[in-house]
Amino acid sequence: METVPKPDSNVPPKKDRLQAKKKKPRRYWEQETTGTAAGASPGPPRKRKRNRELRPQKPKKNDTSGKFRISKKPRELKSPGPQRSLSGAQDPFAGPAPVSVEVVQKYCRIDKSKELPHPRTKTRSRLVAAEAQEEETSVRAARSELLLAEEPGFLEGEDGEDTAKIRQADIVEAVDIASAAKHFDLNLRQFGPYRLNYSRTGRHLTFGGRRGHVAALDWVTKKLMCEINVMEAVRDVRFLHSEALLAVAQNRWLHIYDNQGIELHCVRRCDRVTRLEFLPFHFLLATASETGFLTYLDVSVGKIVAALNARAGRLSVMTQNPYNAVIHLGHSNGTVSLWSPAMKEPLAKILCHRGGVRAVAIDATGTHMATSGLDHQLKLFDMRGMFQPLSTRTLPQGAGHLAFSQRGLLAAGMGDVVNIWAGQGKASPPSLEQPYLTHRLSGHVHGLQFCPYEDVLGVGHSGGITSMLVPGAAEPNFDGLESNPYRSRKQRQEWEVKALLEKVPAELICLDPRALAEVDVISLEQAKKERAERLGYDPDARAPFQPKPKQKGRGSTASLVKRKRKVMDQEHRDKVRQSLEQQPQKQEKAKPTGARPSALDRFMR
Amino acid sequence: MKVKMLSRNPDHYVRETKLDLQRVPRNYDPTLHPFEVPREYIRALNATKLERVFAKPFLASLDGHRDGVNCLAKNPKSLATVLSGACDGEVRIWNLTKRKCIRTIQAHEGFVRGICTRFCGTSFFTVGDDKTVKQWKMDGPSSGEEEEPLHTILGKTVYTGIDHHWKEAVFATCGQQVDIWDEQRTNPICSMTWGFDSISSVKFNPIETFLLGSCASDRNIVLYDMRQATPLKKVILDMRTNTICWNPMEAFIFTAANEDYNLYTFDMRALDTPVMVHMDHVSAVLDVDYSPTGREFVSASFDKSIRIFPVDKSRSREVYHTKRMQHVICVKWTADSKYIMCGSDEMNIRLWKANASEKLGVLTSREKAATDYNQKLKEKFQYHPHIKRISRHRHLPKSIYSQIQEQRIMKEARRRKELNRIKHSKPGSVQRVSEKKKHIVAVVK
Repeated sequence: METVPKPDSNVPPKKDRLQAKKKKPRRYWEQETTGTAAGASPGPPRKRKRNRELRPQKPKKNDTSGKFRISKKPRELKSPGPQRSLSGAQDPFAGPAPVSVEVVQKYCRIDKSKELPHPRTKTRSRLVAAEAQEEETSVRAARSELLLAEEPGFLEGEDGEDTAKIRQADIVEAVDIASAAKHFDLNLRQFGPYRLNYSRTGRHLTFGGRRGHVAALDWVTKKLMCEINVMEAVRDVRFLHSEALLAVAQNRWLHIYDNQGIELHCVRRCDRVTRLEFLPFHFLLATASETGFLTYLDVSVGKIVAALNARAGRLSVMTQNPYNAVIHLGHSNGTVSLWSPAMKEPLAKILCHRGGVRAVAIDATGTHMATSGLDHQLKLFDMRGMFQPLSTRTLPQGAGHLAFSQRGLLAAGMGDVVNIWAGQGKASPPSLEQPYLTHRLSGHVHGLQFCPYEDVLGVGHSGGITSMLVPGAAEPNFDGLESNPYRSRKQRQEWEVKALLEKVPAELICLDPRALAEVDVISLEQAKKERAERLGYDPDARAPFQPKPKQKGRGSTASLVKRKRKVMDQEHRDKVRQSLEQQPQKQEKAKPTGARPSALDRFMR
Repeated sequence: MKVKMLSRNPDHYVRETKLDLQRVPRNYDPTLHPFEVPREYIRALNATKLERVFAKPFLASLDGHRDGVNCLAKNPKSLATVLSGACDGEVRIWNLTKRKCIRTIQAHEGFVRGICTRFCGTSFFTVGDDKTVKQWKMDGPSSGEEEEPLHTILGKTVYTGIDHHWKEAVFATCGQQVDIWDEQRTNPICSMTWGFDSISSVKFNPIETFLLGSCASDRNIVLYDMRQATPLKKVILDMRTNTICWNPMEAFIFTAANEDYNLYTFDMRALDTPVMVHMDHVSAVLDVDYSPTGREFVSASFDKSIRIFPVDKSRSREVYHTKRMQHVICVKWTADSKYIMCGSDEMNIRLWKANASEKLGVLTSREKAATDYNQKLKEKFQYHPHIKRISRHRHLPKSIYSQIQEQRIMKEARRRKELNRIKHSKPGSVQRVSEKKKHIVAVVK
């Protein structure tokens, strides 16, 4: 396209042309000279300056956060100067995105405090390499958090306002229409107190009334899937691995219905069932019965895997630990016992209350357990290690039902009131000082569950079902391959096949689910011993030190013995030094930390 | 009051039209993926089982020879071309993609003892029982022409093996001595001997190209330097070594196929102890060839099977056999490291996959990702007893199976006797000799 230059603006273009003639022809990939760059666009230099200001800040932030070995490494790999693209623009965020140590810690799967068991250099170097790789993976996984789309919800009172005073109606009024629609009440006074259960995707809800009313619905769209009356007392309802199957603990036996309400199975081996729990990765339905039996039913093949006698009378409190699939039973003598189908005896027993245990709940990470007892106390336990109580609170009525949300909120149903406590962050235990929310219902609470992936608490009570809004309860970002609330039927079918293919056998349920990936030191030692016995000597044993023969004239027997003794003594000294180094650490721990000894020190352990 | 509820827009999570792919948002938070280790373990178990299900290594049998196949050679410039020499003096050139013989030459009278290709891939050399060395063109003669060798060298003694230099126009033959030949001359540049026994094979080192190794029937392996007139050193073993093969990636490592059913991997710098003794065969090992990666090698044995060994393991990872395959005389690993060829007594050349359960052909990226993932899982859980048992299980013909049992009993008896001898003699008077050192008689420089 040609344009005729205007007569009055004729001069400056000519000048330009002259300049252009003087200049050497320049290819687009060559560096821009400073003069033309400044003349052409004043933007980039300023930008660069801004970058220079920004850059030192970022590493500083990292330095303050302590040993930032993990995320520093990839940064060093990058060239220090900003990368120039073809257009001459700079990347304002050069290098990999920074990640904080706490986030990396969350994804870290190796315990560095544990010693590597194998002394052989070859195996050891392989393990070290594997650890380094694992560390890199955790950094990458942590960096992928940038891509998460949703933010968790929250509820904050204006300065000094107690969030517990905020009523559901206020929240409903304040939030958007879609969220407000999640709050609803089902007024079902006729069929008595309700138990309820959400499916694993959080999309479907089933509930069963004491007087036989069972229904399942897509609660988001409020589309009813089925509604039946089983003409028998219903004690508990539970979805199986998908929303298409439904287990109902009826007065006599356990029944399984499909989403049309058609009875598929009647399991007579499970009778007088009071509570149901479904272990989704093992395809096991755990049932606790009035007769005191804990029965595991494999729903993929329809076999009873284990029937364990708890020897503690009627079982009416049961919950599963979602971290390790261990079943926790609450007993009338105040203990909580931990069960796995592989063992006839409980894995552990924890004395939690004076008087019976009324409710037990465990959070998604498996670190905290909340229990409430007939002594009106609500206790929080740390499930790692020695099951120590963290905090205790006496409630006026005592909680009859407990539930943890995905982000660690704790809900307790006390009479017709629901209290919810929240912690500081996601992994921290809920602080029992001040409730986060309270709500009074039209009947006594009979069942509680937080809806997965939605800020909703479902409460079944004697007056029906209430769906409460609890901002900040749920995990905002779901994993599409694990449980996708928006999955299509085809996706569900595909997922079902995959899940069945990787069904974890019941024998693998134990307190530490990662134990399978660790080195089995005990059988390793055993195998070593057996091998040594078979061979008649230990092939891995270190040969005793044999001095090398010296040159002529220096290899007298006396000097040989002397050298041998020298090495032996050195080894002995090292051993003693090592054992001495370990001892004072123990003593230091025992010493009181205060400057002056107190009379009360004698009671310290 | 400030409140925010979790409220997702379904449009961000559901595909727009039916033609789109489904949206799959990911969150790698470990709490959303519980039972990571048990589930991975089950996946690894399934992958291991599937691997055994899909393990169908036999690809093709190339038949056409009218006597046992005695030697094989690869073409360095063409993956699909293979040369084979038979016991009736016939040389055949095969096309592996068509699985057909493309050329037949009556090269010698009597056995074709050795065959090797020139590094350029334009011609090849054969030696036979008729005391001749012949050079042939790789391309066939045009119509009307007769099948004639390019050069023929008449020797005084029978040649039993031949190998060509990897870079220069030099080749080496062996018989009663090792001769180094220039391609242009009819007399050897130099001949090297050490002792007076017939030498069965000679091999050039592919990296240090002036080095070569040979094995003779007086139980020794001799190393030579082409630049010197005398041999470098030799190691004497318990029994005769049939062939050696150099590691193509590590210049100083070679593996010897021995009559005592074992293979020995040596470091040529320290010949007094082999790096590894590979034992699994139940009869004499006749041939060995390295994979081009240098991590594994394949061995052919008189027990009618071929085995694949990792270089650093003493036990084989794979055994191939068929009902019809007789004593395997020669074996080669193809240059793309995917296939194995073996020539056997009953006149056939068989083509195997190097990785028994590998899917051939073009893989989609998802298939590739799945196999990579499964491979990693198998690696991770390979030491778990259940997985180990499944992955190690092989069906063996009864003859091999019973011989393995028999030899296990014999070995156990020998070990027990040694143990008793040590127990009942003065401490220190009977020395325990390790398996590696047991078979080495001497090293001579």
